[in-house]
Amino acid sequence: MTITITNIKRLGSDALTSVTVENGVIKGWNLPEQGQVIDGQGGTVAPALIEPHAHLREPGQTEKEDLASGLAAAAAGGYGTVVSMPNTSPVVDDPATVRALIEKAAGLGFARLKPAAALTRGQKGDELAELTYLKEAGAAMFTDDGRTNENARTLRLGLETAASLGMVISVHAEDASLRADGVMNEGAVSEALGLPGNPAAAEAARVARDIEIVAGLAAQGRPARLHIQHLSTARALDLVRAAKAQGLPVTCEVCPHHLTLTDEALRSFDAIYKVAPPLRTQADADHLLEGLRDGSVDCLATDHAPHTRAEKERDLLDAPSGIAYIELAFPLMYTRFADTLGLERIVDLMTAAPARVLGWPAPTLDAGAPADLVVLDLTTPREVNPAEFRSKAKFTPWAGQTLRGWPTLTVVNGQVAYQRT
Amino acid sequence: MNAPVSMGPRPRHLLDFQDWTPERLKAILDNADTMLQVLDRPVKKVPALQGLTVCNAFFENSTRTRTSFELAARRMSADVLTFAAGSSSVSKGESLRDTMEVVTSYKVDAYIVRHHASGAAHLVARYSGKPVINAGDGRRAHPTQALLDAYTIRQEYGSLEGKKVAIIGDVRHSRVARSNAELLPKLGAQVVLCGPATLLPADLAGLNGVTLTTDPREAVRGAHAVMALRLQRERMQGGFLGSLQEYAHTYQVNEALMQHAESGAIVLHPGPMNRDLEISTDAADGPRSRILKQVENGQAIRMSVLYHLLVGRE
Repeated sequence: MTITITNIKRLGSDALTSVTVENGVIKGWNLPEQGQVIDGQGGTVAPALIEPHAHLREPGQTEKEDLASGLAAAAAGGYGTVVSMPNTSPVVDDPATVRALIEKAAGLGFARLKPAAALTRGQKGDELAELTYLKEAGAAMFTDDGRTNENARTLRLGLETAASLGMVISVHAEDASLRADGVMNEGAVSEALGLPGNPAAAEAARVARDIEIVAGLAAQGRPARLHIQHLSTARALDLVRAAKAQGLPVTCEVCPHHLTLTDEALRSFDAIYKVAPPLRTQADADHLLEGLRDGSVDCLATDHAPHTRAEKERDLLDAPSGIAYIELAFPLMYTRFADTLGLERIVDLMTAAPARVLGWPAPTLDAGAPADLVVLDLTTPREVNPAEFRSKAKFTPWAGQTLRGWPTLTVVNGQVAYQRT
Repeated sequence: MNAPVSMGPRPRHLLDFQDWTPERLKAILDNADTMLQVLDRPVKKVPALQGLTVCNAFFENSTRTRTSFELAARRMSADVLTFAAGSSSVSKGESLRDTMEVVTSYKVDAYIVRHHASGAAHLVARYSGKPVINAGDGRRAHPTQALLDAYTIRQEYGSLEGKKVAIIGDVRHSRVARSNAELLPKLGAQVVLCGPATLLPADLAGLNGVTLTTDPREAVRGAHAVMALRLQRERMQGGFLGSLQEYAHTYQVNEALMQHAESGAIVLHPGPMNRDLEISTDAADGPRSRILKQVENGQAIRMSVLYHLLVGRE
């Protein structure tokens, strides 16, 4: 199949051009129109985004989301590839499930699915899953995300095994005993609201522990790659910075919601703002943004975590954690931080950067590269309307806000996965 | 009895004291004087809320507060619908919003809400569209308790201006402490929160007119009122204390500790009491105690709050 997208700008250039894709690869730029012709309407073309951390809830929790709704939402958000988390029901800890998910997703024609597999059987934290078989089945990485790797020895054994397989382990770095029953950031706001707090130290203490495990392995000449998910505190970022300065193979991601919202939002008592790790302070958000500027934060991830509306209408103690906004992550980042970070850095953080973390080749727009592309409308303001979401989670903290940078066309593997009508 | 304009806009709910001006709060206390007189009459009933239905929505067990509110509403001639979560659809997994929408379709005019989660009363206010009185939500607020505490102190001294109130015990888990820390400074009093370090969150020091200390003698020095908080033993599994005995050894409100307070200082307790744990029997039953007075005042305060929120409103 051949597609020519005309009237577009290649990322980094203001000149109007066209791109032709054929059989899943970029054939070339500014070629004579061939095949299906799509007017890019002056948009900017970038590599399709890569989401290293999303919850698609299939199998077992499809009332919240499923592969079709989640991957359609991802494509609408400009994503070409999504790494799904394994904390489903049942947990993705066997090769057959990994294969089944990949096959099913491939037939849907939306974003590409790369499932992460559980690090431990049932994500119980005690016994390693069959990491070799899981890798062979197509697992993108290993993680017990949703759980917090309380057993340090198991994590260490997992890092050793994953390193031998050339794979990364990602962790939800939070000390469960310090977190205790906390449902929001511990601080002045949690005390004013009378809600149990989750201290910043819960994250920092666990990051420190895990870095020590990596340091110990590195000292033995066994470098194992550890990726820290959804960093939320300044203190934990400083620990990652120090580890990087020592040359340790530690990477980290930050979520746009931790950059754009703070614990003040919980004053509404709206569980839409209940996330794990929790929304922190403005000082934390500023520090994380600085980490994105100076390169100590490796990539962006949304931690797209859909729930049903009824679940989110519970009180703050009973409602589940999670926020779902894969469809507007890029416009949100672009609208809020284009001035601070610049378009190209934001695109890098959402494309090549996650690829680097996962050990994948960096996506490019060069002829011969895989045809995973997104066309971004960087100028037209548009209101966030949850009713239009492809995701089953049709609610968001940003409803009604005006954002710029909306994807208008997403091409995955040379096929149109999303086109704004 | 309509409030003069200078009091600022009349809040629709009593969830906490955020939207309440000191003038309006004083008006509630002033009206409680009248309500107390009603309670002293042979026929303890006025027609103020005739024709209105008040829903007592108790998602968390409470006999004393529920009874106090129920009597307050009945003495104002309101119909009372009592809704206890244990026997309702909430235990079958229905969301708070769905539950409230169902109850609202019974044409209820106001809600009194008790819930184990902080903020639940705010959600009821959002979903029901009717006036809501928070009867205790999680650790967050218990505004009518704070009002009755303030009223009891004012009864003693005529005013709260310049008075020092020491609140001692499990501050971390106490909605009573939080509400008093919000209310009393608005009425001119100084509040000292005191408890073991593990039960005294440092961030509460940010409140205006509130200081923190782990030293009970320092807390009661010069205090006009000393309130013992119930030690929430069900929460003590988390290692907050070495032992209950150890707690009582240092933090029990007793006659020996009261010797450090002002000579006429009174003793308060929101109840129910763990006798000889957070409060000694001599302090609970002695001449300084105003604990039963608090209960009596509670009914008058709740009548006053219902009157303020429901009478004369479109």
